[in-house]
Amino acid sequence: MNKNLLWRSFAMLIVATFLVTACAPAATSTPAPTVAPTSAPAPTTAPTTAPTSAAAPTTAPTSGAAPTAAPTAAPTPTVAVAPTVAATGAASGTPITIGEILVGPHNDTGWSQATYEGLQYVQSKLPGTKLIYIDNAFNYQGTTPAQLAEQLLAQGANVIVFNSDSFMDDSNTFAAAHPTIPVIMLSGDQNWAEGQDYKNIPNMIDIMGQMEYMKEIAGCAAALTTQTGKIGFLGPLINPETRRLASSAFLGAEYCWTKVLNKNASDLSFDVTWIGNWFNVPGQTLDPTQVADQFFNSGHDVVISGIDTTEALQEAKKMTDNGMKVFAIPYDYHAACDVAPSVCLGVPYFNWGPALLTNIKAIQDGTWKPHFEWNPPDWAHFNNPDYGAVGFNEGPALTAANKATLDKFISDLAGGLDLWTGPITLQDGTVYVQAGVAATPQQIWYLPQLLKGMTGASK
Amino acid sequence: MLQKQTSRWVNLGFQFLAILVALAFTTLLLVLSGAPPIQAYKELILGAFGSIDNVSNVLIAWAPLLITTAGLLVTFAAGLWNIGIEGQITLGAIFTTWVLRSFENSSLSPTMIIILSIVAGMFGGMLWASLVGVLKTFGGVNEIFGGLGLNFIASTLVLYLIYGPWRRPGVASLSGTEIFPNRLWLPSISNLGISPWAFALGILGILIIYFFLRGTYIGLKLKAIGKNIRSAHTLGIPTWQYMMLSFMICGLFAGLTGALQVTNVYHRLLPYITSGYGFLGLLVAMLINYQAIWVAPITLFYVALNVGSVQLPIALKLDSNLSGVLQGFLVLFVLLMEGVRQKLTRKV
Repeated sequence: MNKNLLWRSFAMLIVATFLVTACAPAATSTPAPTVAPTSAPAPTTAPTTAPTSAAAPTTAPTSGAAPTAAPTAAPTPTVAVAPTVAATGAASGTPITIGEILVGPHNDTGWSQATYEGLQYVQSKLPGTKLIYIDNAFNYQGTTPAQLAEQLLAQGANVIVFNSDSFMDDSNTFAAAHPTIPVIMLSGDQNWAEGQDYKNIPNMIDIMGQMEYMKEIAGCAAALTTQTGKIGFLGPLINPETRRLASSAFLGAEYCWTKVLNKNASDLSFDVTWIGNWFNVPGQTLDPTQVADQFFNSGHDVVISGIDTTEALQEAKKMTDNGMKVFAIPYDYHAACDVAPSVCLGVPYFNWGPALLTNIKAIQDGTWKPHFEWNPPDWAHFNNPDYGAVGFNEGPALTAANKATLDKFISDLAGGLDLWTGPITLQDGTVYVQAGVAATPQQIWYLPQLLKGMTGASK
Repeated sequence: MLQKQTSRWVNLGFQFLAILVALAFTTLLLVLSGAPPIQAYKELILGAFGSIDNVSNVLIAWAPLLITTAGLLVTFAAGLWNIGIEGQITLGAIFTTWVLRSFENSSLSPTMIIILSIVAGMFGGMLWASLVGVLKTFGGVNEIFGGLGLNFIASTLVLYLIYGPWRRPGVASLSGTEIFPNRLWLPSISNLGISPWAFALGILGILIIYFFLRGTYIGLKLKAIGKNIRSAHTLGIPTWQYMMLSFMICGLFAGLTGALQVTNVYHRLLPYITSGYGFLGLLVAMLINYQAIWVAPITLFYVALNVGSVQLPIALKLDSNLSGVLQGFLVLFVLLMEGVRQKLTRKV
């Protein structure tokens, strides 16, 4: 009897635990002011597939990169059209309902919010377009992201956008299971004919922005600001994308340290710590807050963030409030500096709107083709939301002198300065790009290691 | 006789009441959060059964939960709380992944590799469960604490493997190991992902447990231990051996769950590979008062809630965890009503 009571109370305890965990907020997210409600609940009885239009003509395999109008250096904009063309797409003029699967919260002041607002931009330019979404896609235990996308179809979505490299496998699975639905994969390379992971998926568009330039600017701002010569890079997980972006930041820092400030390369430390994911998952990743603190407590006075969320900035603010003089550079979202302007040197951000608009329009018109695009900044309209795939918003913490220097650096980049020109040496000492030679887009995209001069794991 | 029938109706009445109260509380919560309750329930149902894709997704998730819960009935029968079930599922997934990785490029036929990997997964789960048994029998560690500890070790192990030796080439990421090629997926109905094999294993699993507990000598002995371990011992039942056996059987089922998560759901190893089915299974087992006959329908209901609740954030901007609240409320009130009933009927 006594034992029975014990069990019963234990059962209650478990149930109570479930309730507590169930009621807890889904994920830590910083509320952002800018998020407008998306759309009225769509009619739930909508058919799950988009009407299939007449088959688009099959184009001959175009092999090369067809450069779109871009003024400057590598990484060159690469738009490769895959050999086969999908016989699909919403019929001309069909109202589009975009369904987005997000890796983080839609209001994370970072990567996910940038993609979400990119789609809101499309909505504002294409009246009648609906936008539905599921964020924190990995919080749905027992349901894969591909299955989540099917729930969006059930609500009438006829275009699916996957917003993270973490969905690479799931976007492939989903695209194969739903050949009539155009799938947009942000940061993907599965449909890059010249890429290493070419899968030739007939209903997929890969979109990425050439963030490398903006990371170079971030690195330069860090180098101009640091007094200790120690820059920390708060890295997410390790993959080719994060290696090339961390390395771009390093190239920018090294350039401004040596060429602009005329200091010794050996006096600059650039230290990378990876947390293991795009954002903090308690118990499964390193805690970015702690990593940022460790950087600041070990003499790094600027931390460049490569993760989706803004911990580095928040910690810099905290440290500054406690009397330290430290700074941070967030990532992804144009207004990320607003989290803590007083310590923000600037933010390299994605401007997804224009590229998404072009592609969604093409899907609506039935003229779209599966392809890969890696879009450049538009230097002539720098930081104009209607142009370019990436930008850099300078932060209030940048001094006037450094701002002037940074502006000069930006105009040099616009004028053709290419930091991905050899000699480029990998961390293990291997020469990766010979002196005087510009790295190819593939060499940049698939960078196998961090560069010489950086500390931190390469794989 | 008549009295027995009456009390049965009273029982049912109390359970029905419990469900009503749970629904009422969930509805209240919906109203408090400013959501239209009727539409929320409608979205839930549509999310689970509104399209072939969704039905298929419910069925995909059903098999693992069904199997886990079936396994848990065995330990419950012996009066044991196998909290370590999550770790056992994890070890099943690890062993399955291990075999798939090891034989991926061998000359063995894919069918053979899949079968081997599932068997390995079952073995892995059994191994981890028997550790709980050993700790209890020889170390005097209560299975609840032993299980919790082993859960922790299992999840650490899975993270180590994903970030360490089994990471994708050049990648270190939480997003798991490299996805296995299609030929190493449990064969499924094209484009739907639901595998008749997983489905059959689920049904088979619960049938086996049903007959095992009901009609076999071993099953009855386990029940005797569960009812009263002292008298079972006095009657000559070797108690610790049987308890060990029940852990091993449950671990076998948990391992199979992990194997299905890898071969039929995710096709790779992930940090959250259990999908929480171990704890959900415990919850279901409590809800149905450990009666095998109810496992299939109630687990189906629970996974339908899980899958259907995805519509809540899409359509109503509600947290999908609301379905978890309903799931919890159901168990809570069924147990509560059971207590109330006992109190009331005793007085009468």
